Parts: sequence; structure tokens; C-alpha cells
Amino acid sequence: MRVRSSNKAMGSFVGQRPALSWAVHLSMLFIVFLWLFPTVGLFISSFRTADQISSSGWWSSLSTQEQQRSPIRITGTETQDKGLYVVVGKLFSSEAVVLRAWGTSSKRPNEYQPGATAQLKRGRSLTIDADGRYRFTAQQSQAGKRLPRVFTTASSPPEFTFRNYDYILFQGDNSDSMAKAFLNTFTVTIPATIIPILFAAFAAYALAWMEFPGRSILIAAVVALLVVPLQLALIPLLKFHNEIGIGKGYLGVWLAHTGFGLPLAIYLLRNYMVSLPRDIIENARVDGATDFQIFTRIILPLSFPALASFAIFQFLWVWNDLLVARVFLIDASGQTTVMTNQIVELLGTRGGNWEILATAAFVSIVVPLLVFFVMQKYLVRGLLAGSVK
Amino acid sequence: MTELKLTNVSKRYGNNVEVLRDINLEINQGELVVFVGPSGCGKSTLLRMIAGLEKISGGTLEIDGVRVNDFPPSLRGIAMVFQSYALYPHMTVRENMAFALKIAKKSKAEIKEAIDNVARILQLEPYLDRLPKALSGGQRQRVAIGRSIVRDPKVYLFDEPLSNLDAALRVATRLEIAQLKEQMPDSTMVYVTHDQVEAMTLADRIVVLADQSIAQVGAPLALYERPNNEFVAQFIGSPAMNLLSGTISATGPQTTIRLDSGGTARSNVPSSAAMQGAAVNVGVRPEDFSLGDANAIADSGSAAALFSGQVDITEALGEVTLLYLPAENGRIIVKLPGIHQGLRGQNIALYADPAKVHIFLAGQSLLTYKDHA
Repeated sequence: MRVRSSNKAMGSFVGQRPALSWAVHLSMLFIVFLWLFPTVGLFISSFRTADQISSSGWWSSLSTQEQQRSPIRITGTETQDKGLYVVVGKLFSSEAVVLRAWGTSSKRPNEYQPGATAQLKRGRSLTIDADGRYRFTAQQSQAGKRLPRVFTTASSPPEFTFRNYDYILFQGDNSDSMAKAFLNTFTVTIPATIIPILFAAFAAYALAWMEFPGRSILIAAVVALLVVPLQLALIPLLKFHNEIGIGKGYLGVWLAHTGFGLPLAIYLLRNYMVSLPRDIIENARVDGATDFQIFTRIILPLSFPALASFAIFQFLWVWNDLLVARVFLIDASGQTTVMTNQIVELLGTRGGNWEILATAAFVSIVVPLLVFFVMQKYLVRGLLAGSVK
Repeated sequence: MTELKLTNVSKRYGNNVEVLRDINLEINQGELVVFVGPSGCGKSTLLRMIAGLEKISGGTLEIDGVRVNDFPPSLRGIAMVFQSYALYPHMTVRENMAFALKIAKKSKAEIKEAIDNVARILQLEPYLDRLPKALSGGQRQRVAIGRSIVRDPKVYLFDEPLSNLDAALRVATRLEIAQLKEQMPDSTMVYVTHDQVEAMTLADRIVVLADQSIAQVGAPLALYERPNNEFVAQFIGSPAMNLLSGTISATGPQTTIRLDSGGTARSNVPSSAAMQGAAVNVGVRPEDFSLGDANAIADSGSAAALFSGQVDITEALGEVTLLYLPAENGRIIVKLPGIHQGLRGQNIALYADPAKVHIFLAGQSLLTYKDHA
């Protein structure tokens, strides 16, 4: 309604509004794509086999692939049949792979069609069918000799597997397992999110609504602390932890995250609480509520959107943190490793196994994604609607 | 019986910013007293001092005979209704009304009875389980009022409770408050507003605040008929009272004033002989003027007009017609009942009943003028 009337009022600008909204939509699309592309890629890659990852990109994972495969050496037990020494077997483990062409020489890898018989030197012959079954015959026993290699071009259908997840999460005994790191990360993240919110909510209420000398100086100090880089505090804080006997461990990392998170938490929550209508708080005071009752019954429920948004920030930051965990938590025993650290180690030990890395990476982002999607409605919900006109 | 007593109450911010000084006021039980005044005159501050939300810088405040200067709001026996309703947005209507009682650790049965009772009085029964955001403005204000009634306070404080409502709802809610007051004849109410109509219709007594102190206290019609000073005269009544400067030419039980604009005003306000020649302002309400033909007066000359001039602007409102006549400072406003057409550009003469002509000497009404020296 308003748009229409203002368009009428300023006729020459009519064209600008759609153009602007197009620009907004296009840039939104761009941002969505920018975010979705790597996430979906990681998600799909984590379900693919090593073979498929190495032969094609994830965007072609849904289509049938025809490709030249690495040479396969024929193996099998020799049997005698009508005076010939015979070896039979199957080239591909999967039923779905279809042979397109094959050869026995690296120079002519596509020499034969499926079903054709290749006559090899010294009276040997090899037949390979489209499904990969082969029959190798020879005049003499081949025992102790190397059987020929086969070069194949085959098409394989899309293939997805849970094996990567099984390996990463449920094979508890291998050193690549993320299971322990996953639980450790939770052990770090949940207290490191709750503790600062708890402290900050109290502090924010006091700084927003209680009168005491030095309040504005305290607020200024909190704002000043926002810009202090945490690297400054790493070594002194670790020394301090060692001296008071906390050492490296969960308590230490919780305290460190609490300390580093508090300035932002207090700042955000105080700004939110101070914007709550004064009348509501004064009314509660007239109703006889103490400061503590005002805090727990009025301020906390009304500050829920702010609490939730800070909780999301802090959760993501702690979840993705490597530096603080390395300094304050992870010791030589490796029992307290967290996922970020585990992924760094996987990069070292399994750098070539993209399927493992993709799966590990996706395991580490799935929780932040869930947290965001579950909590995001609290970010946008206006609890204040209806309290004041 | 005096319920609320303010003695020499003052309010200062810091050391030199004085907002209110020497406020002396007694409010009796069962009275509805309205504080009015221009914005920034401190009427809301005074109410908040009574509530305990602002510190009292000087003087004493007594509620029910007890000095409560240093009591927290909840122990003063007051309940307050805020302009913005100040409902707790995350609580239902029932929880909103129960909050104070829960804090006071009343039993569940007691709370339920009190709420049901108030909900019946205010017709809030269908809405008890709704959140404030699902209510209309008028309903929200009723909840806010109900929340204060539930607490059964000695003094109700209303801080501009209707100013967030639209015009139609404002009238309806005003009537509801008047009815409510009738249902609770023993309750004492202090009501702050800047709306004169609210003040005139609701108040038992009006307190006009101006210039950091009380300008006049009195029943609504007393303020209208016998304003103590120019400020109250111009503040109460709409459009404001016209003031014309002049000098006293005849004293006695009736006073005659020669106006600077050439006219003559006669008033039933008595004056002493010492006031002969004093410079005064004559006040006449727009609705107290009557009309005459300027030319006819000039001819007869016997009954001198109070003011004559050319009508500059007319505003026809249907029930009344407003005429504006240019004068030496600003305009004279005349309010005539009914519809009058064709007066624009006409020369007219204005008369007034001597009983309705006010005289102000140095800003004070001659009726109450003290400084006879």
C-alpha cells in the first residue's frame, strides 16, 4: 500500500525499487550458493568411495561414470580342464560395474571388446565378459609365474556408502576415530557455553538496571576488553592455571573460554536488557519484587532472544576453536583431543583419503548446523510484541 | 481523613537543577485528584516520588499517617498504572495480575479469588489466559488497572493511563475509570494527565502544576470559574482565555478597566481605591463573548464595547464557530455557539457579562491578590 502510493508520488523513481529488490535477491542467491556449494559437496563426498572421489567430482556423483581403471592383475587358483590350465575369476567386486573395453597392454588398453578372447604369448589366452568374469587358459602350469595385467575401461553406476561414517565413528579402536573427539568436543562446548551466559546475565542485569557507583566505568572496561586479542593472555593464563594446580584439562579450558567469551556476552546482554521498557521493571518493583526476582521472573524470560543468540555465537566459536583447546586442554596422552585437533591429525596421517577427511569434516559441522537451525527461530522472534504500544 | 500528605516536598537533580519545590498537598480518602500541567512541569515526577520510584529530595510524604519517604514502593501501599501499561509480555493476563500477590506469598486460593473478582468487575474474564499481545489497547489498559486493583492498595497512581489509546477508546476507557471510581468510593486515586478533558471530567480536585510548584488546587469548575492566576486561567479551558491589557479606571464593588486597545471592560470583581490606575490584564473566555455590530456601537456610544475589530479567520466546527480577530499581541478568539456564516471580514464588537470578566494584576487574580501594599 505504502509502496504503491509513494511510487505514485515520485513517478520518476518507479523503476528503482524493482531494480533494488532484484539486486537484493541476486546477492541473496549468490550468498546462498556460496554457502551451499562447499557444504553440499562435503556432505555428498562423505558418502562416496575412495575410488569415486579420486575419479570424479561430487557434482557428477549421481550419473553413471565411464572411466579407465587402474590395471588389475589376474589372480586365482589354477584348475585343470581338458589338458588346459584354467584360472577363472571376476575383475570387479561390484555387480553393477559394466566393462566397456579392455586390453592387456598399457599401450592399447582398449584393444578388445567384452566377450572377446585375447591370444597371449606362449599359448595363453584370456576371455573377459561384460560383467567382468574372466577365463584364463594356458598350456603349461603358471604356478610361480605372474599372470597378466588387465587394463579396463568400465562404467559404474552412482554408489553411496555408509562405510566412511562407520569407519570414522563406530570403529572405536582405530586411531582415526572421531567418536572420542566428538564426545570430548561436547564436554568442552556445553559448559563453555553455559558458564559465561550464567555469569554474563547477572552482570548484564546489574550493569543495566542497578544503580551503584562506578557502573559506567565498569561498562567502559567491558567494552575495552572486547578488543583485547586473546592471544595476549594465552601464556600468562596457562602459567597461572599450572600454578594454581588446574593444569591442562577440561576445567582449564572451560575457564579460558568463559573468560574470553564474557566481555562480548556482557556487552550483548546488557545492551539488550537496557532496551527493555523501564516501565515493566518499575512496575515489578512497585509489585514488590526484589532485584533477584525481577531478574529471574522478568528480565531473563524477556532476554531469551539475546541469550539464545549469544549462546549460538559462543557455541559455534568454542566448537570450532582449536587454539584455546590446544593450549589449555590437549596434553600428550591424546585422551582429551577435540574434533578440530583430530581433523588436523587426520590431515597428517590420512591426507590422501579424501573420503575420510570429508566425513570427519562433515561430522564436525553437523552439530553447529543443527544448533543453528533449531535456535534460529529464537533469533528472529520478538518476545516484546504486545507489552508496550 | 487524610490519606496522602505532602509537606514542602521538593525534587532536585544534582545540586542546582530544581524540578519541584515546596509542594504542599493533602489528599483525602476516596478522592480522585488529577495533576495537570504543561509537559515538563514535573507532574509525572511528583507521581513517581509518591510511588517511590524517584527519591524525594526534601520535605515529607505521608501515606495514611506514616512517613514513607524512605520506604520502597512495595511497602507504601500504592499501586501504579503506567502510560505504556507495562504488562509483563511473557505472562498471561492471569499471571500478570497474580504477580504481585505471588511475590507477597499469598495462598493460591486467595490469589484466584482476588483475580476472579477483579476480572468480573473489569469484564476481563474471557481474556484471563491470553498473552498481552493478543489484547487490544483498551483491554491491555484494563489489565493494567486490574493488576493494581488486585493488590488492594491505599492509593492508586495513574500515570497518563489513556494517552496511548486512540480517541474513541480514550473516551470509553475514561468512562470506565469514572465508573470504577464509583464502585470503589473509598479508594484514593492520583491521576496524572495533560488532557484537560480527562482532568475536568474525572477529578474531584485538580492540581495545576506550573513553574516547579502548584499553581492552584481546586474543584474543576472552581478552577474554570475562579482561576487564581493567569497561568491557570489560560491552561484550563479550550481555546485558552483571552487576555487584554488595560488600566483600572474605576474601583469599587465593580471594577472598570480602560483597555489599551480602546475598549472598556466592566467586571464584578471588586477592587480597592488604591488600585486606581493600576496596569492589569483583563481575561475573558472565548465562550463568554457576545456579539454586537461595531458601527451601531460607535453611534450610540452608551454601552461601550469591550473590543472591536475585523474577523480575520473563522473556523466552523458545527456545534460552535470560532472567530479570530487580530489584536496587538496575537489574536482574540471568540467562540459562538451554533453555526454563523458570513462573519469573515466583518467588523464586529464584542461584549461580555461583567460576572464573567476576570482581572489579573501582576499575573494574580484580583480576587485573591494579596500584595495590597
